[in-house]
Amino acid sequence: MTTRVGIITFPGTLDDRDAATAVALGGAQAVPLWHKDTNLNGVDAVILPGGFSYGDYLRAGALASMSPIMQQVIKAADQGMPVLGICNGFQMLCETGLLPGALTRNKDLHFICRPELITITNTKTAWTNFFQPGAELLIPVKNGEGCYQVSPESLPEIEAKGLVVARYNNNPNGSMNDIAAITNEAGNVVGIMPHPEHAVDGLVGAGVDGLGFFWSIAGVTV
Amino acid sequence: MEKIIVEVMLKPEILDPQGRAILGIFNRSGHDAIANVRQGKRFEISINQPITDELLDEIEELAATVLSNPVIETYAIYTDEGETA
Repeated sequence: MTTRVGIITFPGTLDDRDAATAVALGGAQAVPLWHKDTNLNGVDAVILPGGFSYGDYLRAGALASMSPIMQQVIKAADQGMPVLGICNGFQMLCETGLLPGALTRNKDLHFICRPELITITNTKTAWTNFFQPGAELLIPVKNGEGCYQVSPESLPEIEAKGLVVARYNNNPNGSMNDIAAITNEAGNVVGIMPHPEHAVDGLVGAGVDGLGFFWSIAGVTV
Repeated sequence: MEKIIVEVMLKPEILDPQGRAILGIFNRSGHDAIANVRQGKRFEISINQPITDELLDEIEELAATVLSNPVIETYAIYTDEGETA
């Protein structure tokens, strides 16, 4: 049966359509969901796409994390449903507490928009099981608040538990320990700052290195 | 109408690039006495009833869970008179 991946659109979301295209190219079915929905329409997984939900008011991702559908996402994630937060979606996952840490203003205050090399360091998650450990991917970065920070006490714990999913080869934004993506202890929830959904078609992107995330959730194996 | 003020600041150990940029401008324009700048947020919350301890608890809950992110920020609450609540 085809995996059904819900893609939630919030007011101010930008990348829901690219995410839907990427899900389809990966071999799963994209199911559009709306921020005011109070159920997940029976989907098998959820993507929180990038953008500026609620205009980034208060803090990036803060208001989205309190929206009706996010209460369902939190419940489902606690029961093991795979959730991928990309960019603004990563910010939401940190705001809900599903992932540790927070994303803050880039170190040099620039909005950064360019492809960056990242290295996959955890291939056990629902979203990275297609990859080999150490895989290097070229994925577009597109954010103003992508500097990953956690309390100095939590950082060693995150590292010891292997929760870092990907690191930047050349840290563009000041993220602690070059962290580009992290997961929860169960490995079903992943937050990533670069945009794999923008690297799925060689004609319009930096390559197709992002497809592995969508093959992972669709259950594609080599 | 009475007001409750909530101030939110980045924790001291969290990098504040905006504050640092403002410091750079100050120093470049000759304000050598200024050693550091940290940027925060101020929320003015108007209340349509007398301020009670119960209400302050309610606002504190919102300050801790909504207006600030405990991972990176701290908050302080004041009533209109400037007393720390």
